[in-house]
Amino acid sequence: MSSQLHTPYAIEARDLVKTYPNKVRALDGLTFSVQTGVIFALLGPNGAGKSTTVKILNTLSRADSGTARVSGFDVKRDAGRVRFAIGCVAQKPGSDLAASGRENLTLQGKIYGIAGSALKQRVGELLERFNLADAADRMVRTYSGGMQRKLDIAMGLIHRPHVLFLDEPTTGLDPEARAEMWDEVARLASEGLTVLLTTHYLEEADRLASRVAIVDRGKVVVEGTPEQLKGELFGDAVQIDLLELATDGRAGEVLGRLEGISEVSIQGPSIRARAQLGATAVPSMLAALESSGLRVASVRVNRPSLDDVYLRYTGRSFSQAESQNGNGNGSHRGGGR
Amino acid sequence: MKVLTHSIWIAGRQIRSLIRQPFYIAFTLVQPIVWLLLYGQLFKRVVELPGFNASSYITFLTPGVVVMTALFSGGWQGMGIISEMERGVLDRFLVSPVSRVALIAGRLLSMATITVIQSFILLTLGYIMGARFAGGLVGILVLLLSSILVSTPIAALSNALALAVRKEESVIGASNFLLLPLTFLSPVFMARNVMPPWIRSAARFNPVNWSVTAARAALAGHTDWGFVLLRLSLLVLFGVFAAGIATRAFRSYQNSV
Repeated sequence: MSSQLHTPYAIEARDLVKTYPNKVRALDGLTFSVQTGVIFALLGPNGAGKSTTVKILNTLSRADSGTARVSGFDVKRDAGRVRFAIGCVAQKPGSDLAASGRENLTLQGKIYGIAGSALKQRVGELLERFNLADAADRMVRTYSGGMQRKLDIAMGLIHRPHVLFLDEPTTGLDPEARAEMWDEVARLASEGLTVLLTTHYLEEADRLASRVAIVDRGKVVVEGTPEQLKGELFGDAVQIDLLELATDGRAGEVLGRLEGISEVSIQGPSIRARAQLGATAVPSMLAALESSGLRVASVRVNRPSLDDVYLRYTGRSFSQAESQNGNGNGSHRGGGR
Repeated sequence: MKVLTHSIWIAGRQIRSLIRQPFYIAFTLVQPIVWLLLYGQLFKRVVELPGFNASSYITFLTPGVVVMTALFSGGWQGMGIISEMERGVLDRFLVSPVSRVALIAGRLLSMATITVIQSFILLTLGYIMGARFAGGLVGILVLLLSSILVSTPIAALSNALALAVRKEESVIGASNFLLLPLTFLSPVFMARNVMPPWIRSAARFNPVNWSVTAARAALAGHTDWGFVLLRLSLLVLFGVFAAGIATRAFRSYQNSV
């Protein structure tokens, strides 16, 4: 019955649709493919559909329609085989607080059919690798957040999976632990593992992933390498904050008339625009605003970032999307959607 | 085969964490020990009531309290699955190739083990207080079996409720609302013959009643085995019903994530 398809893709998701019983449409025709051996990031604000996508790919949840293959196996028809091929690190820890790190790893290994001295060796290896050897026989409840996250990854790797799912691996970690986690993820990819990373940190995707898909409202809006995505944007990002709300469209009008300025968007008191050369465009922009009676509070010029890519493809800034999705956000975290 | 080994692993994991928190077993025993000591003393002379048909109240009470403890331990078991859901343990299991049946069966197996441990502690205490059982070892085995046939189905229902509502408060509420009435609508503390008629009728449909009367009959010696087997069979049917409910709840949990 099972049919493993041999393709260069470790993950292929096509037209995934998922609606939750509370009528929330989490996925709305999401499509993407991940080549074997790369770190691929799904980037988007909370509630965009990243975790739902991961849950469908790792067999925890089922799509209403659409198809997905992981490691060549269909996630619906061949869920059992998919489970052996993947490792998962979810947002929630999933380790047993009343057991030691070693016991957690051992049970996890047994479930995947590893036994005896091979299991013992593999557990020791992972404890060593994740710097948990000293804490191996302590109860997990005594571990720090960073240590628990490392144990999670070790548990996800116990059976040497082909594909690793990391669902927001650095959320809730302090900067030091985050940096350590980044090094670890980079190392995993260098060993040939395919990693699907979800994140709402632009910096994380930019830094770790060789390809990024930006997800918004249950769809992939754009996909490419971080450099490609940033390269498609022309020039620098200019952000001007006014002292008052720019409600009457005056700002857009005067800036739109300027040479070398494009993609002017206004949200409340902030104006964002693209300029061929930020440094030379700013004086003329300021002069134009001043002459139409708009007072400026601050000006920033940035080289293009993924945030700008996000703005360009979704029409809203990342932080704005975060707060708009914020309503569903409580249930997103709590319910682990 | 896979289902069985996986169930044992899951049960072993549960039992290990209980052993590491011995206060938990102690805590679940405080209440029954209080019942045994206080009721055992307070109602000592209740056996003199005409129709009570027992020579020693502590001998009468001990199996009742054993079954009652099984009932309460079962009722609270859903609390564990809620903390596992919140911690992400359940989801971690569900993305692994672990047997789905074992996720529930393992919990019930650990429940059965805990019931045996608790029953032995209470039987020892009852013995010290003067309870004597003519039915001997066979009687005690029937008591253990009939307690397990209360604790595991109730645990299955408690898990089902926990999977459906996913709130500790709701499990606490439901347990408080149901467990004491189930106890008092049964002959745990009082012989059937001296109960008010309406309680006697209600008790006929109460699994706690089936369990306690079967255990007492086997412990008394000169046992009417037909009487015992009928009640044990009813308990098994109750167990099948509860397992069905738990399986459905588990499926609907999987569909909701």
